[in-house]
Amino acid sequence: MMFIDQTLAILWKDIRCELRSKQTWMGMGMFALLALVIFNFAFDLRADNKAAIAPGALWVAFVFASLLGLGRTIAAEREKGLMDRLMLCPVDRKAIYLAKLLGNLLFIGVVEVVALPVFAALFNVPLFGALLPIVLLGTLGVATIGTLFSAMAAATQARELLLPILVFPLIVPVVIGAVRATGDLMVSSVNQPPWIGLMAAFDVIFLSVSMLTFEFVIKE
Amino acid sequence: MSQPYLEITGLKKTYGFKPVLRGIDLAVEQGQRMALLGANGAGKTTLLRILAGLTEPDAGEARIGGLDIARDAQLVRRVVGFVAHQPYLYDELTAMENLLFFGRMYAVKGCKEQAIILLERVGLAKRAKERASALSRGQAQRLALARALLHAPRLLLLDEPDSGLDEDGIALLEALLDEHIRGGGAVLFTTHQLEHAMRWSDRIGLLSGGRMTYQSETDGLEAGSVRQAYQEALR
Repeated sequence: MMFIDQTLAILWKDIRCELRSKQTWMGMGMFALLALVIFNFAFDLRADNKAAIAPGALWVAFVFASLLGLGRTIAAEREKGLMDRLMLCPVDRKAIYLAKLLGNLLFIGVVEVVALPVFAALFNVPLFGALLPIVLLGTLGVATIGTLFSAMAAATQARELLLPILVFPLIVPVVIGAVRATGDLMVSSVNQPPWIGLMAAFDVIFLSVSMLTFEFVIKE
Repeated sequence: MSQPYLEITGLKKTYGFKPVLRGIDLAVEQGQRMALLGANGAGKTTLLRILAGLTEPDAGEARIGGLDIARDAQLVRRVVGFVAHQPYLYDELTAMENLLFFGRMYAVKGCKEQAIILLERVGLAKRAKERASALSRGQAQRLALARALLHAPRLLLLDEPDSGLDEDGIALLEALLDEHIRGGGAVLFTTHQLEHAMRWSDRIGLLSGGRMTYQSETDGLEAGSVRQAYQEALR
């Protein structure tokens, strides 16, 4: 019970701080929208190449926008010494991780809710209901690993450089799965691997490993 | 003599190749205040960080209320209140929200009522709904004091708590320490102000080069002898 209450308290605090500072959401949202607009103008979109281009554009926008937010997850608190203050509390370190993950999922989710209709309009693709689990699983994979490594990168001086270097190789399976599954929604193809199952499996592995290792990552 | 509430034996810490603590032994009993003096870099903050559970020692042992700080870290955190030389508050949250958040972290019962009482006690009741970023340095330090007392800790660890406080703030800090001691608590604090160390503590310790080079009861102690020991340690 205390674990849940502490998790919700940290989540509440992060949401409230973000709503008042607006530092993360605005940057992420603007990046995602700009990326979609630029991709839309950069590619010569036709009916026959839409399925090849649109999923990539969507996930490039989502992944890079996510990394913008993920980088600030713990860095902002660590810069001000607030992570130490939080660590002084008798709080399970898994609760800190879970709260940060939920916060990141929420922030990225809001950006996606805004960006998806823009994507649908710019790329002239319908918003399938089946896109929802793909976006959820893809976002979960990126956020799970991103939250863990943002704690690691926050302890270094070159965190903006280090975070993508650490995160990108690990999220490749999830991003490939998300791009291919999104593409399959636009043009149905046969004999495709079960992308959604693959993403779900990676998400479970990422989440388990992250929960178990976060304690060691944030230790001084 | 009662059992020490805080007992440190042979505590060592090295950062890289630089030894910061070279075997610290000290004890603080319940109802006792101990002041730690020392030049910058003497190891005062490192010692407090180890006791607060933020840094792991390389060797030695420390027990707080009979609990081992390494093995029983989560239990130790419940009985320790820590004030750093910076307030470390969430700027976007109000003074009240800061206290309520940390109250939930410590699972304080009747947290809101307790927070109201403490804000009143530290003279911030009228600023409860203002963001921490709007508070002056001294007011933020008062709020940090209130936060440290919120979960009724038995041991207060204060790292230069007098920094940034005006005369009223200093008087308030002194009164809060007195109340804490009367309630059976213990205090270990660092300061650069010899006068504060003499006035607020029952014992004084001098850290120099990672070693406790001087320890004495404050009662009957002359400031001159401490100052002399301090000057010798700086050489």
